[in-house]
Amino acid sequence: MSFQVSKVNDVTLIEVEGQLIVGNRQELKQGVLDKLENGDLKFVIDFANTGYIDSSGLGVLVSLSKKIREQGGELRLSSLNEDLRTLFELTKLDTLFRIADQKDQALEGF
Amino acid sequence: MSKRMDGDLVLEIPTDIKSITAAVDYVMSRCVSCEVQARRLNLNFRVGLTEALTNAMMYGNGADPSKNVVIELVMGEGQLQATVRDQGVGFDPTSVPDPTLPENISRPCGRGLFLMRELLDEVWYNDQGNEVTLVLRLESGGAFEGSASA
Repeated sequence: MSFQVSKVNDVTLIEVEGQLIVGNRQELKQGVLDKLENGDLKFVIDFANTGYIDSSGLGVLVSLSKKIREQGGELRLSSLNEDLRTLFELTKLDTLFRIADQKDQALEGF
Repeated sequence: MSKRMDGDLVLEIPTDIKSITAAVDYVMSRCVSCEVQARRLNLNFRVGLTEALTNAMMYGNGADPSKNVVIELVMGEGQLQATVRDQGVGFDPTSVPDPTLPENISRPCGRGLFLMRELLDEVWYNDQGNEVTLVLRLESGGAFEGSASA
């Protein structure tokens, strides 16, 4: 798993490539927390190039969302494939996150 | 390991969370001949096995690299069955709260066992709680079914 970080206006866009799983979840978590500590408050994590997120990866997203909300910000997600959508729906995490079909939609009106 | 296993595939691997993907990929490669709906194999079975291995290594073996995890795969009789056993003291699976309840939805952990139960047709633990068996029926079963076909 690797991820690219860019800034679109005042939104921090993180594009993940590869699986987000127990063996690498801390890398993404630390990357987002570093940006949060720097004052960034609006985040979009895009999973257009991610085939799978395991329960540990889901847990990291939940944890990050909570920390960002505590600072007055928001974490949005985008581009989940059909399998990832299913996992979010089964765990009801689709009720916790704002999930857009594409990153442009997630960035819109943020 | 005190119990001998006699599956179509028996794999014993050391505790290393970075090896989970490779282990799952190897097991899945042995399942390609199974006549099961592709999405049920690639989503339901893969996710269930991944979560079982993660639990075994992280919680069962406490991430101790000197401890091993054994995977037994049995194919046939209309079902695919995987058993994952760790060297830990075991746990009570009924003690894990439902992560979808409003009071638990913001908790960062507790979704692995839930996903196993949702995605597999049968999930059961041994009495000690250090061995989980996952069953995916080759014909359409009660667990979640995707729309994609083989």
